[in-house]
Amino acid sequence: MFKKILIANRGEIAVRVIRACHEMGIAAVAVYSDVDRASLHVRKADEAYPIGPAAASESYLNVQKILDVAARSGADAIHPGYGFLSENARFARACADAGVKFIGPTAAAMDAMGSKTRARQAMERVGIPFVPGTSRGLESFEQAEQVAERIGYPVMLKAAAGGGGKGMRLVHAPTELKSALEGARSEAERSFGDSEVYIEKAIINPRHIEMQILADEHGNTVYLGERECSLQRRHQKVVEEAPSPVVDADMRRRMGEFAVRVAQAAAYTNAGTVEFLVDQQKNFYFLEMNTRLQVEHPVTELVTGLDLVHLQIRIANGERLPFTQEQIQIRGHAIECRIYAEDPDNNYFPSPGKITLLLLPSGPGIRRDSGMYEGWTVPMDYDPLLAKLIGYGTDRDQAIGRLTRALNEYFVGGIKTNISLFRRILSNPDFRAAKMDTGFLDRLLKHQNVSAEVQTDSHAAEVAAIAAGMFALLGQAAAGAGERAVIADSPGKRPEPSNWKNAAYREGLR
Amino acid sequence: MLLIGRDCGEQTSGRVSPELPDESWALLVMTYDIAIDGNHHRLELDHVEGGWTCRLDGREIAVDAVLARPDVLSLRMDNKAYEVKCERVGGDMHLWVGSVRYAAEVRDPRSLRGRARVEDDHGPKKLTAPMPGKVVRILVSQGTQIEAGTGVLVVEAMKMQNEVKSPKKGTVQKILVMEGAAVNAGDVLAIVE
Repeated sequence: MFKKILIANRGEIAVRVIRACHEMGIAAVAVYSDVDRASLHVRKADEAYPIGPAAASESYLNVQKILDVAARSGADAIHPGYGFLSENARFARACADAGVKFIGPTAAAMDAMGSKTRARQAMERVGIPFVPGTSRGLESFEQAEQVAERIGYPVMLKAAAGGGGKGMRLVHAPTELKSALEGARSEAERSFGDSEVYIEKAIINPRHIEMQILADEHGNTVYLGERECSLQRRHQKVVEEAPSPVVDADMRRRMGEFAVRVAQAAAYTNAGTVEFLVDQQKNFYFLEMNTRLQVEHPVTELVTGLDLVHLQIRIANGERLPFTQEQIQIRGHAIECRIYAEDPDNNYFPSPGKITLLLLPSGPGIRRDSGMYEGWTVPMDYDPLLAKLIGYGTDRDQAIGRLTRALNEYFVGGIKTNISLFRRILSNPDFRAAKMDTGFLDRLLKHQNVSAEVQTDSHAAEVAAIAAGMFALLGQAAAGAGERAVIADSPGKRPEPSNWKNAAYREGLR
Repeated sequence: MLLIGRDCGEQTSGRVSPELPDESWALLVMTYDIAIDGNHHRLELDHVEGGWTCRLDGREIAVDAVLARPDVLSLRMDNKAYEVKCERVGGDMHLWVGSVRYAAEVRDPRSLRGRARVEDDHGPKKLTAPMPGKVVRILVSQGTQIEAGTGVLVVEAMKMQNEVKSPKKGTVQKILVMEGAAVNAGDVLAIVE
């Protein structure tokens, strides 16, 4: 087994992989940029190395710096997490050349799947169903016009190197095509350094369902069941669950077997995810393969009882899959909420800043994968994902009940988060009835936040007034990690109270 | 910070704990003007024999409070339990009762200091950065006539680009930042007249 693993990532996923390393008796090496010195992954690791400025291109995306740290620290493997270098074939190849094991698929498999257009070509050869469109990048506006005309509007433009909704445009009519194509191209160039864009027929209100697969290096490939990821905003997943409420055993087997074929066609190894679009008649179409661990992997872990990161490490270590397809069972139901630093009152703009107060949920059926802590300043330089809150239950209703309860316990103060959005989603009758598609969230958000946050108590405003007075009276003694300005510049300002006075005030409150 | 005994002076009798110096212990009697989401209340807080009473807008309310940890109060009123969280950012205070958030402003009425902020729709309007980030693009030039809702510049943070739009119809009087500039939340980016 590996002695030491370098985690080429940050945030909650770096923490999650470090934990797996420690559970397996493996030392964990963190890397961090200048603005991440205080980040949680640095605190949790056994060794930590600076790799440069905040800009990802000069730190977390810098292949040479990361390989230098691997050499200096003596790490024998690298886990890339998700995002950053996780789907970069050049990096996987550079690891192999440097004699460090890349925990993920081979560079060749990534090359085959990493580009959406190349993946489509490979899938055509093995007879996987996919959405009508081009399997090559568009050469010109005229070609885009012709193809769109042939497959019929609406069409979707997508970046070949894409992911996370960047470089994607939905086009309803020929008049919108030109500006959409230009927009998609420049966004693709900015986000991925590659302006290749292709075109597909847009399936209106589809579900997004994906299949987790695992493949060892001895030719064994299994599927671990699906995840329903239809709740998306700006093509970013927001809520994921397993199993999907619309997938029955037969559909699961058919999707799973397709996913295994996709993986085998690319000689794929390690963990991967095959994404499908599912239309209203439950026809499914191959969308793309993600050649990495997914953000939403915990819901699969909860319903299968397997630890995907442990398995990734064991597969990379050359071990055989320790189970067969028949031994994999789906039990219970799990739902994940992605907690982002975003302002719900300001069109979900990112909201970096200092976390002044953090109250954490716990209790039955709750898992929290987090990269934040109280007193930490969320940097503005990276993806706004702070944490994932996952609820597990015997069935979907219980999972929703537990998650709702946990969301009410969760409090992140000092920055804005999207926690209130999940309360709205989880209490929505359509969500409760599992009537979901990828347009669900946009429709939900169009309606103002009507009575979602029904004030359960008419006295709440009075309670707030009384508490405000008490906090003012208690002053510094009651203030946490936030900025002290509010009370410190109040009239009658006086020197910091000493500890015994604080104690006296607190005593006085009882 | 408000002080007991010295500034307030209402009552200074009460228990004197032997291990604490005399002047340190006094009854807390304070009057505040408190605005919750803009609604003003007069709050008098009294400490009585191991508990609290308070008068809110002249009405007496029995309340039992424990500071569970910094910024978190556990309140009991009429046997109902509330967890109240205090959020302090850049001079603003918000209180959360359960999952409901209230903007709070606390004033000692004897202070001459007022913090009236009057919103004014007339005259020049400042466009401010919605979050810390980088100005990636300026979409209009100084002197341009624009409609309400026209994008003026684009600020990027956390991989997201956000268009800052004009709140009113008018002329772009001034652009105060350059492309590539780092800005903080609240920084004035442009002025529309």
